[in-house]
This record gives sequence, C-alpha cells and structure tokens, in this order.
Amino acid sequence: MSLRVLVGCKRVIDYAVKIRVKPDKTGVVTDGVKHSMNPFDEIAIEEAETIRTALAMGADRGLHVEVDAKEAETLSPSHVSKILAEVAKKENINLIILGKQAIDDDSNATAQMTAARLNWPQATFASKVEVKNDKLEVIREVDGGLETIEVKLPAVVSADLRLNEPRYATLPNIMKAKKKKIDKMKPSDLGVELTKHFDVLEVSEPPQREGGVKVEDVDTLIAKLKEVGRI
Amino acid sequence: MSQKTQVIQLYKTLLFLGREYPMGYDYFRTKLKKAFIKNRNVTDPAEINVLISRGEYVIKEIEALYMLRKYRTLKKRYYKE
Repeated sequence: MSLRVLVGCKRVIDYAVKIRVKPDKTGVVTDGVKHSMNPFDEIAIEEAETIRTALAMGADRGLHVEVDAKEAETLSPSHVSKILAEVAKKENINLIILGKQAIDDDSNATAQMTAARLNWPQATFASKVEVKNDKLEVIREVDGGLETIEVKLPAVVSADLRLNEPRYATLPNIMKAKKKKIDKMKPSDLGVELTKHFDVLEVSEPPQREGGVKVEDVDTLIAKLKEVGRI
Repeated sequence: MSQKTQVIQLYKTLLFLGREYPMGYDYFRTKLKKAFIKNRNVTDPAEINVLISRGEYVIKEIEALYMLRKYRTLKKRYYKE
C-alpha cells in the first residue's frame, strides 16, 4: 500500500521565551525573539518518520506555502485547514498528521477543520498510531483515560504529547536539511483566499501576581486569612 | 574521518548545543573550552578515542536534558495531573 503522508508545522515563539505583550496591545512582541517549531508538530513529524521507516518508504519533500506578514497576523485555523486540504487533494495525500495545537494561539482546531473540509475521518490527540492495511488503529488521549479507535484511510491524525519523543535536530542534520529542496507556493496557487474573519481588539498580559505579606504572629495570620475570606 | 576532524566536529556540535544551555551560552562555552584545553597534550590515539566517546556521551546527555525540559514544560502547561 502506498501511503502519502502530509505533516503540517508551524513556527512559533520558542517555548522557553517569556512572552511580552506589545505596548499598544495589538499583539505580542515577535521581533528579535527566538522562534522554533511548535513542539506538538515536532511530535507529528517524528511520527510520520516512524511510519515511513516502518514501511520503508522513500522521498521526503518540503512545501512552504508563503503567506505575507500582514496576512499571517490574521491567519486562522480555518485558513490553514483550507490550505492543507487543497495540498492534500493536489498531492494525493492519504494521511495527514498535525500537532494537536500550536503553543502560541492554542486553538486546537486545524486538524479537526481539515478533516471536516476533506470529509475524512479524524483521530485527534493520538498517543499511539499503528498502520493496519488501509486502516489506522489509534489510541487517543481522552479525559480520564485512553480510547482506542480504528479509522479508515485517508484520515487526519493530530499528535498529543505522549505520541513519541521527537529527536533533537543535530547540527550536521540541520546543515544537510538546508540543501533539501523546498517547493514554494502561494495560497492563491491553491485557490485559497485569506479573508480575515475577525479582528483582534486587544491583547493583554495576564494579571501580575501580587507580592505576599509577612505576618507577626498566628493571630494576625488568622485575621488576615479571614479578611481575604480563606477561612 | 581523522581524529583531528572528529575532535573539531565534536567541539562544534557541543558549541551548537550550548546555545540553549539553561545556565547560558557563555557559561557553557567557557566550561567546554576548559575541558578541551585540559586534554590538549594527549597524543595517544587510543586515549583520544576514549575522550571522543566521552564527548559523544555528553552530547547524548545534553540532548536528553533538552528533551526532558521541553516535555516537562509542556506537560506542566497543558496537562493537569
């Protein structure tokens, strides 16, 4: 069986960076901030690689759908799913693996929307994936446990944290990867229009944690606790 | 690959890994440099091989450290347990 896997990945502000909101509250500061691949997408790629090696299949290719900076600001899962669905149709894809959510906007919607647009089954929050002929057996992370489901291919899978341990991109591999061909495309090449569906009114910082108070003795402690309604 | 290139490669890879080191790149770089300089007078090929494999072990350890750090941060952020 030939399996053509499409993996989506998003560039987000690095997980270790402290996020700062722009003074005008229109968004967060991205200039000069370290970016890296969305960790959940790393898991998705690792899974695709695992399946690939398991079935000993060849050729990987990169595809970059270029969106200009202004449009990128209002890009939403709805647009991304349209793009992914079109790419899937164009490239005869029969398995899409995506990270379950990006750590910047935390939408957790792209995989579901893509499945809906293609009318394909979806296996979200995957913690284990096995290929069984023209079917996938997927163990999903659900509230309070695991759920095992079987989906027919073509299908959309979204990767949860425990699916695998993504490898660390080593220096030589990064250098090698730079030589790989990446096809470039525009959303318009795929017939996708990026009309924005909403305006961001305000982005604000979470409330700052207030400093603690030191109390002299137990009585003042109790009084203070009563004051804030803890006891 | 000659031993010399191996050692240079090792140093470069470690430097690259050091960019994300929790205590900062400068801390890591100084330590790394010191560790390499300490063994600059080693000439026995067998001994150099031992040192190279120790360096490769350190690379594995640092990668594991980064992976765990990322996994833990994400787990703390997204999963209540």
